[in-house]
Amino acid sequence: MKYLLALLIALSVPVALAQDTAPDVMVKNITAEVITIVKQDKDIQAGKSKKVTDLVETRILPHFNFTRMTQIAVAVNWRRATPEQQKLLAEEFKALLVRTYSNALSLYRDQSVEFKPLRMRPDDVEITVRSEIKQKGAQPVTLDYDMEKTPAGWKVFDVKVGGVSLITNYREDFAAQVRESGIDGLIKALASKNRGARQGK
Amino acid sequence: MTLSCLIRRLVLAVLLAGSAAGCATTGGRPGDPLEPINRVVFDFNDVFDRALMRPVAQGYRAVLPEMVRTGVTNVFSNIEDVWIAANNLLQGKVENGLQDVMRVTINTVFGLGGLIDVASDAGLEKHNEDFGQTLGRWGVGNGPYLVLPFLGPSNLRDGIALLGVDYAADPVWSQGHIPTRNTLYATRSVNNRANALDAVSVMEEAALDKYRFVRGSYMQRRRSLIYDGDPPRETDEEQRSSSALPIVNNQVASGHPIR
Repeated sequence: MKYLLALLIALSVPVALAQDTAPDVMVKNITAEVITIVKQDKDIQAGKSKKVTDLVETRILPHFNFTRMTQIAVAVNWRRATPEQQKLLAEEFKALLVRTYSNALSLYRDQSVEFKPLRMRPDDVEITVRSEIKQKGAQPVTLDYDMEKTPAGWKVFDVKVGGVSLITNYREDFAAQVRESGIDGLIKALASKNRGARQGK
Repeated sequence: MTLSCLIRRLVLAVLLAGSAAGCATTGGRPGDPLEPINRVVFDFNDVFDRALMRPVAQGYRAVLPEMVRTGVTNVFSNIEDVWIAANNLLQGKVENGLQDVMRVTINTVFGLGGLIDVASDAGLEKHNEDFGQTLGRWGVGNGPYLVLPFLGPSNLRDGIALLGVDYAADPVWSQGHIPTRNTLYATRSVNNRANALDAVSVMEEAALDKYRFVRGSYMQRRRSLIYDGDPPRETDEEQRSSSALPIVNNQVASGHPIR
């Protein structure tokens, strides 16, 4: 009977977590899940892009707030864009991020990921989950996730690798592109980058 | 004058000429008034990398087993820790500095002269410091962004710190026996490039414009390093000046040429 009770408690814990998961626990779980899949899958390690892309799209993407990421990256030009342009920008940017993530994932070998204690007050709506990727014979690389609380749970809106924010980098890259060739030029550049990347491998 | 000394002076000259030109040029991204010159050097470095550094680094990685490459990385990393300790102390980070001294001692004695990084396993983390960061910590501004021939992205402060101070303090570079020095320097460069192969390939795929992406990454990275990974949030003003969008778009609207 005692064991049965313990079993019941153990079984109920994941359910409770799923309802209101703390952001750091969420990132930890997804990381562990993705690493397990990558480790078992020789195709992913060999860089078979379709399988990696699927993994990114099904396991990682749902936890990102793409609309917000695109808005930050496109900055003031977002308001200048027509709804149709906004839709295309979001689509192409998403494709680019999936591509980038897939590339990084397929290079995964035997690194371990360590999470730092989360600094968070109960009423915080924006927090940073900090982690470190460790590899033998190399300096650890920090990997931080900026996250926000949404009605649908915690969502990632920026990723910082070694202190370098991906979205800030894109904001500058995109702003310069718009300066050179307008919003349509940016959409075109993104689309051709994505198409080139798809054909490239 | 040896060839390497000549190259070093040449780079310094370019750097100084560049910074002088920087005072006279306006336009482009704030923080990168020298973009036209920088792009030329960037393209040159890119050609050099594709033609020589990258293929050599790929070969190096293909031929040597991971264990050997890790050993090479560790030995150079151990040598470098001495200078990292000095910079931590110069920045008043005594605890970190002493940790670095401990790292060197432990790795040299118990890690077979630095071949094995036993200090990291013992929980003594490696730090990332150089004289450019020390100057930054002391309040010296970045100065204009610079791309150095062969050495890559930098800025006026970091460039002068690197060529003027870091190189002078580098036990590999100040090696008296020139063939030994050149061999060590080349090995370290190739090993570093090999370690960066994956990261660079991901970045190349990610960027719309590689020059801008590298520049943005460098600026953010250095800022993060100066604050040891925990920089204060950029103020609105800094953000405005770093993206400079409103001004630029007014120019577009009023029909002024940008470039």
